[in-house]
Amino acid sequence: MKLKDILSPFTAWKHVVREPVTIKDPFSREGADRYRGFHKNDIETCIGCGTCEDICQNAAIDMVPVEGIETKDGDSGLRPQIDYGRCCWCALCVDVCTTNSLSLSNHFTWVDEDADVFRFIPGVDKKDWDNEERGWKKPEPNYELYEKERVPMRELHPEERDKSFIEMVKGYSKEEAEREADRCVECGICIATCPAHMGIPEYIKAVREDNIEEGFKKLYETNPLPEICGRICTHKCETVCSVGHTGDPLSIRWLKRYIADQVESEDYKNILGTDGIENNGKKIAIIGSGPSGLSAAHYLALMGYQVKIFEAFDKAGGMMRYGIPEYRLPYDQIDKDINYILSLGVEIQYNTKVGKDVSLADLEKEYDAVFAGTGLHLGRSTRIPGSDHENVYFATDLLREITQGKEIHVAEKIVVIGGGNVAMDITRSLARLQNQKYGKVDVTATSLESEDIMPADREEIVESREEKAIVDPGWGPTSIEIENNKIKGLHVQKCTSVFDEEGRFNPKFDESQTKFFEADMIVESIGQGMDIEYISKDIREQMEFDPRGRIIVDDYFQSGAKWLFVGGDIIQGPDVIHGIANGHRAAIGIDKYLNEKA
Amino acid sequence: MNKKRFTINEDRSLFPEKNAEGKIDIDLSSHKYLKLWQGPQHPGITGNMSLELTVLGDEVMDCETHVGYLHRGFEKLMERRKYIQCFPIVCRVAVPEPDFNEYCFASAMEELAGIEVPEMAQWLRTLVLEMSRLQSYLMWIGGQSGAFGSGIIGQWSIYLRDLVLDRFEELTGGRVYHMYQLPGGVRGLLPDGFKQRMEETLLTIEKFMDDIDKVMFNNAVFKKRSVGMGYIDPSWVNKFGITGPNARAAGIPLDVRKDYPYLKYPELDFDVVVGKDSDIYTRADIRRKDLLLSVDLIRQIFAKMPEKGDIKAKTPNVLHWKVPKGETYSRAECTRGEYGYYMVSDGTEYPRRINVRGPSYTHAVALLEKMIINTNIADVAGLMVSLHTYPPEIER
Repeated sequence: MKLKDILSPFTAWKHVVREPVTIKDPFSREGADRYRGFHKNDIETCIGCGTCEDICQNAAIDMVPVEGIETKDGDSGLRPQIDYGRCCWCALCVDVCTTNSLSLSNHFTWVDEDADVFRFIPGVDKKDWDNEERGWKKPEPNYELYEKERVPMRELHPEERDKSFIEMVKGYSKEEAEREADRCVECGICIATCPAHMGIPEYIKAVREDNIEEGFKKLYETNPLPEICGRICTHKCETVCSVGHTGDPLSIRWLKRYIADQVESEDYKNILGTDGIENNGKKIAIIGSGPSGLSAAHYLALMGYQVKIFEAFDKAGGMMRYGIPEYRLPYDQIDKDINYILSLGVEIQYNTKVGKDVSLADLEKEYDAVFAGTGLHLGRSTRIPGSDHENVYFATDLLREITQGKEIHVAEKIVVIGGGNVAMDITRSLARLQNQKYGKVDVTATSLESEDIMPADREEIVESREEKAIVDPGWGPTSIEIENNKIKGLHVQKCTSVFDEEGRFNPKFDESQTKFFEADMIVESIGQGMDIEYISKDIREQMEFDPRGRIIVDDYFQSGAKWLFVGGDIIQGPDVIHGIANGHRAAIGIDKYLNEKA
Repeated sequence: MNKKRFTINEDRSLFPEKNAEGKIDIDLSSHKYLKLWQGPQHPGITGNMSLELTVLGDEVMDCETHVGYLHRGFEKLMERRKYIQCFPIVCRVAVPEPDFNEYCFASAMEELAGIEVPEMAQWLRTLVLEMSRLQSYLMWIGGQSGAFGSGIIGQWSIYLRDLVLDRFEELTGGRVYHMYQLPGGVRGLLPDGFKQRMEETLLTIEKFMDDIDKVMFNNAVFKKRSVGMGYIDPSWVNKFGITGPNARAAGIPLDVRKDYPYLKYPELDFDVVVGKDSDIYTRADIRRKDLLLSVDLIRQIFAKMPEKGDIKAKTPNVLHWKVPKGETYSRAECTRGEYGYYMVSDGTEYPRRINVRGPSYTHAVALLEKMIINTNIADVAGLMVSLHTYPPEIER
């Protein structure tokens, strides 16, 4: 034993005079800037998607209804409630939050005698740390728990497509579709918003798992026109997609198209198990073979009804065929969807206009029930001076004639009035035709709405410009200048606001700002009207109409005349997916009505 | 003072006498033997485990280890959790060393999924692992000297550990459970001024380690009780699966950081610390040197790591991440030896099997039961702490 080993430990005594290191007041100790303390939630930004609840491995988070927050499109109306008896403060809920509304403060201590207060709704139950800036937030940059960027869709280049009507969107490959489907967080916000309430997360899951059959069945549960919807749906689901709040929304529409594209026509019945449906002996007449009519026909046929569709034109599809240009929705894809519905035993009588070739009263007599989905085919006019000139056209008429293969008048300088998707359709169709005819494009689309509130899809506007059409929004047309019976152009004035404070259509103009668009042909595309002349006076007396002349129907789209169900664009929309939803609902309504009657 | 003390070369197998089956005949009714439970509530025991001792006088004749006081069933739980949901669980497997669990779990997943972790994230992981080693040793050193009756070292070292935990709080957002090494990367860059504050902490640690050297290692009492005590024969190393400082004290240079280099260790300059006497004192000394090596490694990491860079690789959506079919074993050198995760994936969103290989299992059950025979009951706690075992990791 060395003497040093005996003496050396006494050096510990020097610490007697050292400053103590203990924190005197632990309650006011501040956490580090990144400390994972107590939860905060920006209740206005939060959409109640529930992804935090999903990822929480302790089941510490429950989504609960909160007073003052209404369920609406894109918001479940629920907010996360955290139970600190279960939470382990991993902050994965913060990292995965789709809106970045959730964060943690750096508060260190929370002492209370009542155990129940530790189960609380951040942001709703006010806490001292609600306004604390510091604390855990999602790490930046390049830190994502799921991919925020959309897999780009391959399209024809503007130079390849500006002369032809070939479909411009190429569709996803298997690898691309699976990668895109992987981004879904399965919150289901889209289901509530989709008019047809499609099982979107389920079919996206099927894409991810390469289970096309399962996905295809899921599509047909709520939507019998997946090829069509997968191309031209207004995709309200994507608008509300929770992933879209801090990244690109899921390409739900393209994924739907991907599933439908993978299935060959001859496999449809096999996959969907729709062979040998028993006929129940009841007959239903459907007026119009648009989305609502086809949807109703499909679901009624599955229930065993004998369905006959009366179609005014020589081909089925309604506005989908006669209103949407081929480069967005090729005719063979329309046929693929329709042929399957026909294969279920649905009959179509073409070139038969109800009200002219056959009366509605006859249909009432011959059939157990009638569904009318006649849509909006009448163009609306701006009624400005000069709009009665022969070279002023309605967009719907031109689009129909293009589909029918008729030679239409294409001038060198064209102005399109309107800012919706139909206006973009005719603009882009005319641009193609001008390119074919003159080798150059000179078409201008002008709308009342400024660019930020234009009703057309953003990509339609962008693609129109790519195809060298001019989109010049925010102008209200005042008159068409005509000289020697020839159109010189369109006078417009600046539109300062379209809707009033109550949200009603009530445009205001600044008359001092005017502009003149030179043109020798003008196309009006400011909305469409319905033609329900086929409903005779005595039937109308049984029905109810609102002050604006629209038909009033119940939840099952049953009109006042009990045997007559009405749906599609004349009731809701106008778009394809509302039509499909209406048709499905009406089919259920017809079944219910006939069963109750019998 | 004719108390029987064991020296290194004495054959332990001779006493007490064994019967034909090779066991001791313990007849409790003879009043010669006494059953004594050390733990699970005993200040001298690490964590919640207990030793069922059979003593003859104050000498241990037989020992049976009992675990199960802290069983949380993590391995089974993980089979019912998505991969990302296992991430907050794994750090809790070994309470004082969460980071090695996080690293092994993440790297096993990354290996199965074929994900390359960005350079910056690898440096940050290396840093966090060394910081974790530092705080774990600091906790141990207080326990070791405390078990031999000196409380002062524990007061210093827990203070030092808290300084390291303060740095962890800044970097990872948590003090004890860091939940920092996410599969694919890490959860944050160094905060502003972190290097400087860490350097201050390292200087404080070095200063105190000088004092600890004087008060604990150059201490007649400590030497008297630890030199020659708790001998581990080098030939047992393979038989018992001994790794880490316990093996290195026996002269066998086992160190995963060198043997199976991972993260940025190949770019760091260090030698494996090896001893030769294989007693409690040597093991303590090895750990003290290893602690100082960690201080040095942290400085090297700061000098070599880039200022900025990606912290996370792109991974599939964690909410439904299907790890490709396969199995793997990922390992790291923790303070007590080789730490490993054996992971089997059947290609679904849930792990099929995760087995945690913690060094405490081999050290605290089989090895301790053998070593403890014929020691004085007063030395049991010190012997156990010298193996540096964490019961939560034995039970998972």
